[in-house]
Amino acid sequence: MITARDAGLVACQRCGQVHTLDTAVCTRCEGALRSRDTESLQKVWAWLIAGMIAYIPANTYPMLLTSTLVEHSESTIIGGVVELFEHGSWGIATIVFVASVMIPVGKFLAIIYLALSVQRKSPDNQHERHKAYELVEFIGRWSMIDVFVVAILSALVQLDTIATVNPGVAAMSFALSVVFTMLSAQAFDSRLIWDVDRTQK
Amino acid sequence: MTAAVPPLDDLVACPQCDTLHQAQDLPDGARAFCQRCGIVLMTSKPAAMAQVLSLALTAFVMMIAAVSFPFLTLDAGGLQNATSVIDAVLAFNDGFAFPLAVAVAFFIVIIPLMRLTALIYALGPLVREQEPRPGARTAFALAERLHPWSMAEIFIVGVTVALIKVAGLAAVTVGPAFWAFAGVVIITILKDQLICRYSIWEALDKAKQ
Repeated sequence: MITARDAGLVACQRCGQVHTLDTAVCTRCEGALRSRDTESLQKVWAWLIAGMIAYIPANTYPMLLTSTLVEHSESTIIGGVVELFEHGSWGIATIVFVASVMIPVGKFLAIIYLALSVQRKSPDNQHERHKAYELVEFIGRWSMIDVFVVAILSALVQLDTIATVNPGVAAMSFALSVVFTMLSAQAFDSRLIWDVDRTQK
Repeated sequence: MTAAVPPLDDLVACPQCDTLHQAQDLPDGARAFCQRCGIVLMTSKPAAMAQVLSLALTAFVMMIAAVSFPFLTLDAGGLQNATSVIDAVLAFNDGFAFPLAVAVAFFIVIIPLMRLTALIYALGPLVREQEPRPGARTAFALAERLHPWSMAEIFIVGVTVALIKVAGLAAVTVGPAFWAFAGVVIITILKDQLICRYSIWEALDKAKQ
């Protein structure tokens, strides 16, 4: 197997058309051509750090502010999951936990691993790393579930004195965290994973 | 190695790992995968373009219904509150959360509509075998680029979670917009499954000449 770059060519990532290395704009789809994104890792780290910082207030501040006739309560992401468990809604508690805790944290770790392994020019586990990259790209958006839950609840539960639900600060920072990590994953140039075995062999 | 390179139009490179392949005409219904990283490079389904276009049109009409009709109605202790998709977005409209309201509006309504519009604009003339409209390539590129930011399917899962959360508190009635929205999600997934980026770009390229 030979890459486009080995053959002295550059491929368009948008439409797959192949050109000679000195071409700057794709003749088929007019997209910008770059054999490799040399600033890829810089952007990956920058967005990732921003995403991790935003994830802190997302967990410490309340996500939902609930007022009913008898009580006023604030719940964080983890608090909401625990509450659902206590109500016996196991399935929903699991969905929220996976979307709001496991996916974001797993994504941070996966991106750190991908970026470090490319920096170290590791020749190992290329197929696994590529799968990890695809998974991160595909699954990252699903973290938004909790933000949408908060949006629907605060719109729906507005019954004056009986019960009202309003969004907390965490909803905002959680949404930002998801957007930043999505941008981080998109900035990662997956072709870099495969560049190493060329220098080794 | 470079000496034996075939004409560039016969080559296709994997967008994710840069491996070169020879483009081939696929038998109907076949899919071509990257030999190294395994992603789908091209699919061949007869009349796929017309199907994609009709699904996009259907989704567009249903999306209009989904934002216009009542989405959910809540009943508790004699008080009632009806919510449309727009209300769900406006839940964030006060103070610090305003940017979030804008973002949610984009994720669940505006970006899905933009993608559908761009796709209909780009593919319409292709299906009728006419010259592409000006900017058709930009429109198709935009529809592809916005894909990860279109979150209608995630929203519908979020709604389900929210419904179960309130179920104990009050009676919730599901309105017509909910079903329209669910329809948009299913049709959009079908449509994205049918799209073969490579053949659409090729068709846009050929139709231009």
